[in-house]
Parts: sequence; structure tokens; C-alpha cells
Amino acid sequence: MVPPIDYETLKIIWWLLLGLLLVGFMVTDGFDMGAGALLPFAGRNDEERRLIINTVGPVWEGNQVWFVLGGGAIFAAWPPLYALAFSGFYVAMFLVLAALIVRPVSFVFRSKNKDPRWRAIWDGGLFVSGIVPPLVFGIAMGNVLQGVPFRLTEDLRPVYEGSFAGLLNPFALLCGLLALAMVIQHGAAWLVLKTEGDVARRARHFGAVAGVGAVALFAICGAIVWAGLVEGYVIRAGAAPGAEANPLAKTVAREAGAWAANLNAAPGKWLGPLVGLLGLGVAAFLLQFKRGRLALVASGLGIAGVIATPGLAMFPFILPSSSNPSMSLTVWDASSSHLTLFLMLIATLVFMPLIIAYTSWVYYVIRGKVSLEALLASRESY
Amino acid sequence: MNEVVVDLSRLQFAITALYHFLFVPLTLGLSVILVIMEAVYVMTGRVIWRDMVKFWGVLFGINFAMGVATGITMEFQFGTNWAYFSHYVGDIFGVPLAIEGLMAFFLEATFVGLFFFGWERLSKLQHLLVTTMVAIGSNFSALWILIANGWMQNPVGAKFNPTTMRMEVTDFYAVIFNEVAQAKFVHTVSAGYVTGAMFVLAISAWYLLRGRHRAFAVRSMTVAASFGLASALSVVVLGDESGYAATEHQKMKLAAIEAEWETQPPPAGFNVLAWPDMEKRENAFELKVPWVLGLIATRSLSREVLGINDLVARAKVRVRHGLRAYRALQRLRRDPADKAAIRELRVFDHTLGYALLLKRYRTDIENATPAEIEKAAWDTVPDVLTLFWSFRIMVGLGFYFIVLFGIAFILSARRAFERHRWFLWLAFVSLPLPWVAAELGWIVAEYGRQPWIIEGVLPTFLGVSEVSVGQVAFSLVGFIVFYTVLAVADVYLMVKYARLGPDAYLGVDTNARARERVPVLASAIET
Ligand code: HDD
Ligand code: HEM
Ligand code: HEM
Repeated sequence: MVPPIDYETLKIIWWLLLGLLLVGFMVTDGFDMGAGALLPFAGRNDEERRLIINTVGPVWEGNQVWFVLGGGAIFAAWPPLYALAFSGFYVAMFLVLAALIVRPVSFVFRSKNKDPRWRAIWDGGLFVSGIVPPLVFGIAMGNVLQGVPFRLTEDLRPVYEGSFAGLLNPFALLCGLLALAMVIQHGAAWLVLKTEGDVARRARHFGAVAGVGAVALFAICGAIVWAGLVEGYVIRAGAAPGAEANPLAKTVAREAGAWAANLNAAPGKWLGPLVGLLGLGVAAFLLQFKRGRLALVASGLGIAGVIATPGLAMFPFILPSSSNPSMSLTVWDASSSHLTLFLMLIATLVFMPLIIAYTSWVYYVIRGKVSLEALLASRESY
Repeated sequence: MNEVVVDLSRLQFAITALYHFLFVPLTLGLSVILVIMEAVYVMTGRVIWRDMVKFWGVLFGINFAMGVATGITMEFQFGTNWAYFSHYVGDIFGVPLAIEGLMAFFLEATFVGLFFFGWERLSKLQHLLVTTMVAIGSNFSALWILIANGWMQNPVGAKFNPTTMRMEVTDFYAVIFNEVAQAKFVHTVSAGYVTGAMFVLAISAWYLLRGRHRAFAVRSMTVAASFGLASALSVVVLGDESGYAATEHQKMKLAAIEAEWETQPPPAGFNVLAWPDMEKRENAFELKVPWVLGLIATRSLSREVLGINDLVARAKVRVRHGLRAYRALQRLRRDPADKAAIRELRVFDHTLGYALLLKRYRTDIENATPAEIEKAAWDTVPDVLTLFWSFRIMVGLGFYFIVLFGIAFILSARRAFERHRWFLWLAFVSLPLPWVAAELGWIVAEYGRQPWIIEGVLPTFLGVSEVSVGQVAFSLVGFIVFYTVLAVADVYLMVKYARLGPDAYLGVDTNARARERVPVLASAIET
């Protein structure tokens, strides 16, 4: 069967879709991870913490599927990236997995026993699992921008040549903090929307601080890339957009300022950083005025802009190799086959609208502030 | 290839998958049972049925969380530990995994929240719909993951592409309607239903033994008995028969399961008991029933069931053919326009995987010696002893479940559970058995697939990532520690709530409520 859409277009569509998935994950799961990160700060006693947990109680599980689907979609659309990134970042990935394993059980187990030590353990689980994933993802993004040391053998077996410690360089750590700050602000906006009283007041405070921090970190990271302190990559030859995927068939050079040049080459791309800065900044401002819903929308847009920025700057690169630049993975040579991309697009077009529809219905059903009385009266709450 | 990394990665996959599958079958079975119970509530308005949904629901929730938590490990383990596998077959294998997310995980995970938080906010019918979506989601999830797994057992609809050095989809329809996958789905899902039914049956039996929650327990057992009987029959009757002897590789697994070394003149006899000896390549002892194997496996009196020795001889031919494909591939690398090499590859590429088996013995496999080829061919034999016995225990349990649920069904029809305390004890102590059967089933399916990670296409040892022994040891120990802690917490909570019982949990006297009803058409669910 020959798909009715040409290969190059499909590759670009999948680049967009994977970007959207990443945004979907950070925006939906982001606020409940943020709520987890704020748990010990915004909730000072058991009842307040319970309140926080129950604001996300009905939805965190669905939100987390964005992450799972992200994994599955990368596997299906960019198998070389799935293979390389997860085996290369082995230890970092294990930390994320550990955090995401503790999460579901922490939610469900926590309030099923009255013992304060028991509750403290699972509260700890929620806190750690709210912090670790954004931190690690930010660090990973920081490394991707710089390129990571890997090569591919003749059989296209990926070999990662760096170490775990090598991932923890200053630029990457800044990116990690940026991701964490965004998520905390986003979680704070959610809490302002869903709670009242002390919890909302504290969330407002921490959220605004995190928001200002996120704006500053984003500006600093941007300036570092802009100044060429983080080198970019350019394709010199090969990597025809419509070619069959083999990452060994091109030449790539490292070049300071290449990422910024990509943005300048298509000024429309500046929308990414612009939306990022504005979104995060406006959200911090709105939080001060207790506008939870608007702040949530603004910080969501901010997150989308921040994530879009490196994607746009790097296109068509998805994972540059710092040790063997010509072996870098790009949209053109790390995608699945023509037929697979097409079939997956059909599946996405069928199911994504359904998912959005029923997810919206669930948010509609649980709308409104969460009250402590209702929560304590219900046996099903967390 | 570092053999230690291979072994540790396999061990880690086996441990985490078997662990995940402790929770999966209960989710599959219990979610359907919850739908049945809630449907009765909605149709009759009898409040006790809502109590049943809520109480079994809390146990379901604890289990579900563990299922989700351990599933996440699985989703990413292909990338972390099986990177070359992911590269080599991601084009096909990733698709069902992604569709599973789109079609199944979103459904179950989005609605499971409302299942718990929606009681006060939804009408009766809406809540029933939510519960149904959770059950449908779980079952779809099983369908897609088993399509992925079925493809590993029987890789149809795909072709090797020398330019991209990987397998690519040619026929997605064949991947979805793969006979092996369909058979696996029916068998595995039914196994889950048996597990759910046994869970409800055993705990309810315990309440009756203690004389507690009579009305609640008897009704629960009635549901479990009929649902369990149907499922147990389905596990055994629909079994894995279909699609079994369909493909070459399954022949090797079948021969190993049956410990059949030599091809027998048809119809072959069936080894009821045997002690296979891998070293000597024969059975130290066997008890044979004539004809039965031939009848089961070929459904005829005249066709042969090939024995291990003959299948190895075939494998040897394939290794040789595979080498021709491999050499052609080498030539193509040097000159992509080499027409003769392209032709040669096209003829032999389906045996390329067999040549790759030689990589265990040398890297320049084009120079393999006849002795190495012989060894590679023998590598295609899985561990006969383990398969033989795992399979027999699973099958034995299958027949036992039919008997057990059959008796439960008769007793429930006669409303006679309490007069047969021996049965209540039997039901209670049988609680762990469905898990034993299901885990052994996976060992038959997966261990029996060895040495292949993709049958006939990619050997397991080539599938691993280029990671260090230290890294895999670190994650393996991490998972074991972590999973042990979680298992303790999970069992603690399960036992705590099972003991608490529905009355204390719901704060009502379920016996007294046994006849209470709400108007069937009332819209609010909470009265
Ligand atoms: C026959 C059924 C079956 C099998 C063989 C597997 N799973 Fe599973 N999985 C389920 C049936 C299931 C389920 C019933 O849908 C679960 C279990 C309990 C639950 O909450 O959902 C689930 C949960 C679950 C989740 C969490 C989903 C969420 O966030 O809601 C993931 C990511 C996976 N699984 C992935 C896998 C992978 C990669 C497997 C292969 C090695 C695998 N599962 C084997
Ligand atoms: C949850 C149910 C499952 C269980 C209990 C299970 C069990 C096992 C076991 C025991 C092994 C180790 C075999 C060995 O190395 O000797 C294994 C390996 C493996 N299984 Fe499964 N399996 C399950 C589901 C799946 C599914 C659905 C897939 C694919 C979608 C899969 C893919 C693999 C892979 C990639 C390996 C590693 C390579 C290997 O050792 O064969 N498994 N599994
Ligand atoms: C007479 C009874 C049974 C027969 C003939 C039977 C047959 C089989 C066979 C041949 C396999 C291997 C499939 C493969 O190689 O891919 C298998 C796997 C399996 N069995 Fe059974 N089985 C029986 C009973 C049971 C019972 C009672 C359970 C659990 C309650 C169970 C659970 C499983 C599971 C989970 C698997 C792995 C998934 C799969 O491959 O389908 N089986 N069974």
C-alpha cells in the first residue's frame, strides 16, 4: 500500500505531533506534579495535604497517560531516538521510572491508613515524584541542545559514550531548574483554582515566586544559547527529507550560533520564546490577583512556548551527537517507515478527538472548588 | 555482546513482567465483575448491589494502582534495556504499543478517577457507563499489548529493509489479525476473568466461613460462580489451540512442551509425564498415551508432529541460507547497486535471523565453521524440562478450575453454599492458583520462545542495549528492592480491607439492607 501523503510531509507532521504530545504531558501532568512538589509547602497539616491531593485525585491518572503515550509514540515514530535516548540516559531514566512508579501507589495508598508515619511516607513519595520527572526532563533537554556523545555502528546499533555525571553540566542543570519552576507555577495555578483559604494563599505566593524564577531561567538559558556558548549543528550534505531513514548517510558540522540562526531564518519561529516568556510572566501576575483559571491557561501557554523553543531552534535535528556529529538523529533520517507514519496518523486522528472529548467531560464533572467537608465525608476520596 | 548484560537484562525483564502480571489479571477480571454487579444495581435498584460495587471497587483500586505503576516500567524497558530490539522492530512493534495508549490507557485511566470520585456527581446510568469504560479500556489494553507480543511470537506482515537495517511493516492487517495474537488475547483475557472470579469467590467464602456479611457474600459468590465457570471453560476450550501449530517456530515450542525428541509415526503419542534430559537429548523417563498428541496438534490421524531432532536439522539448513543473506547484505553495504546481491537477499532474507544466531560464537560469521553452525542450530531448542512441567501444571489447574467453578455454580443454583463448608474451604485455599497458572503460562510462552526475542528474526542476545553490567545490576537491584516494598504495602492494604469487610468499610449493615431498594429510575445515585 502506498500512503496518500508523501513521506516528507508525514515526517514533519510527526515532528509536530510529538511536540504536541510533549506539551500535552507537561501541561496536564505538569499541574499535578506541581501540586505534588508544593505538597509540603502549601499544605501544613494532614487535612490541608489531603485537600491538595484530592484536587488532582480524579485526574492525575489520565494525565499520566500523556507520558505513557509519549513513550509509545516515540517508539513507533522515531525508533532510533527511543532506543538511543532511553538506553543512553539509563540511570536518569531509572530515576524517572522510580518516581512514576511511586506516584500511583502514593495517591491510592496514602489515606487508607491513619498512622501518621504511613502518611508521611506516601506524602514523601508524592513530593519526590513531583520534583524528579520535571528536573530530569529539563536536564535531558539541556543535554539534547548541546548534543550528547554517541555513535552508531554499521548495523545501526546505538552506543552511548558518555556517563551519567556528564549529563549534570551547568547549562543542563539550569534547564532542569527551569522545567521544575514552570511545573511548580503551573501546579500553584491549579491549587488557586481548586482550593480556598490558606492552601490557596500559600500556593499563590509560591507560584508567583516560581513564575518569576522560570522567566529568569528561561531568559538566561536563551541568552547562553544566543551567545553561542552552546554550539549548534548544521547539516552540510545528505539527509534528503524524502529518503529512507538511515542516520549514517549525511555530514554534519558543529557551529556556534547555529540554533539562534535557525530562529532568525524564519522569524515566525520567534513566537515560541515569546509565548514562553509572556505566558510564564503573565501567569505570575495573574496569580497575585487570584485568577486561578486564567493563570492556569497562561502558564500552560508558557510551558508550550518554552518547549517549542528548542524544538524550533533545532529542527530538523532531534538528537545531535557531540562525539560524531554526522551520526546525529534528524527528523529526516530517524523516522519510521512511510507506511507506519501514515497508519499512526490515522490512529491519532481517530482517537485524539475522542480522548479530548471525554477528558473534557471528566473535568466538567469535577468542576468547582474541592471542599474539605465533602472530602472527609466521602469514602472514595484519597 | 556481553553475556552478563544479556542475562541480567533478561532477568530484569522476566521479574518486572511477571510482577506486572500479578496485578493485570485481577484488573481485567474484577473490572468486568464490577460492571456486572453495577448493572444489576441499576436494573433492580437493590442497594446491596451498589454496596458490592463499592466494596469490591476499593480492592480493585488498590490493585489497579499497582498495575499502572508496574506497567510504566514495562513501557520504557524496551528502550532502556532492549535498544537494538527497539531499533530493529520499532517500526512494527511500536505501533500497537502507541495505539494501546491512544485507545486503551486513556480510556481506563481517565474513567477510573470518576469511578471513585463520581458517585455523588453522576446519575446511576452515567456511573455505570464510567465503570464500563474502565473495563473496556482494560480489555482493549490487553488486546493491543498481545498483538505486540503475538507479533514477537509470529512476525507476520513485515520485511527486512537493508537500507534502514531494520524490519518494516508491509501489511498491518496481518499484524493485527495475526492468528497467534488472537488466540493469545482470548486465552489471556479469559485467564484474567478466572482470576477475578476466584478472588471474589475466595474472599466471599471466607466471610461465610466466619458467618459474616451473609447476604453480601452469597450474592458475590453467585456472580463469581457463573462468571468463573464461563471463563474457566473459555480458558481451556478456546485455549491456545488455534494458531498453535500454524507456524514453524511454534512447532519447536510445541515439541519442547511435549518433550518429543524424535518425530513419531503419526498419530503421535502424548507424554502425560516425563523427565526430559537436555544433556542427553532424550527423556529419562516417560509415560505415553498413544495417538492423543497427534489428534490435538494436527487434528488428523495422518499428519506428523515434528520432533526436536528433525526441527534442529531444519534449523541447520536455515542457518546456511541465512549466511547467504548475510553475505549478500555485506556486499550491498559496499555497493548498494549490486543487483545480484539484491536478488540473493530477497530470496534468503527470511532466514537472516538464523545466521545472526552465530554472532554468539564469532563476529565475522561469514566464516563460521560447520561445528558452529551445528551449535547455532541446537540453540533453537528452548529449555524442555521447564516448558514441559510449566505447561502441565497450567493445564492441570485449568481443568481444576472448571471443576471448582462447576461445583460453585451448582451450589449457588441450590443456594447451598453454607451447608458445604468443605467447599468454602476449598474455594478459599484456591485463591492463589489462578496466578500460579497465569505466571506459568507466560513462562511457557516467553521462555519457550528462546533463543529468539523475535521468533526467527532476531536472537535475544542481540536485542540488548550497549549498557554496562553495573548499570543493569543497579536497576535490577533497584527494582527488586522497590517492588518488594510495594508488595508488602499492597498486601497489607488488601488484607486490611478484606478483613474490615463491607459493613465496616461502608458504615452500613449490608444484611439489613439486603431487601432495600431505590426507585429504579431515580437519577441521583447516592440516596
Ligand atoms: C493481558 C494484559 C496485559 C499485558 C500482557 C501487559 N499489560 Fe500492561 N496493563 C494492562 C494489561 C496488560 C492493564 C489491565 O491494562 C493494566 C494493568 C492494571 C492497570 O491498571 O492497567 C496495565 C497497565 C499498564 C501501563 C500503565 C497504563 C496507565 O498509565 O494507565 C503501562 C504503561 C503498561 N501496562 C504497559 C505494558 C507493557 C509495555 C507490557 C508488555 C511487556 C504490558 N503492559 C503487559
Ligand atoms: C505481563 C505478561 C508477561 C509476562 C509475565 C512475561 C514474561 C516474560 C519472561 C518470563 C521473560 C524472560 C524469558 C527469558 O529471558 O528466558 C520475558 C522476556 C521478554 N518478554 Fe515477556 N512477558 C509478558 C508480556 C510480554 C509482552 C506483552 C511483551 C511484548 C509486548 C513481552 C516481551 C518480552 C521481551 C522483549 C522479553 C525480553 C527478551 C527475552 O528474554 O525474551 N513480554 N517475558
Ligand atoms: C487446559 C488448559 C490450558 C491450556 C491447554 C493452555 C494452553 C496454553 C499454551 C499452549 C500457552 C502458550 C502460548 C504460547 O506459546 O504463546 C499458554 C499460555 C498462557 N496460559 Fe494457558 N492453557 C491452559 C490453562 C490456563 C489457565 C487455567 C490459565 C490461567 C488462569 C492460563 C494462563 C495462561 C497465560 C497468562 C499464558 C500466556 C499468554 C499466552 O501466551 O496466551 N492458561 N496456555
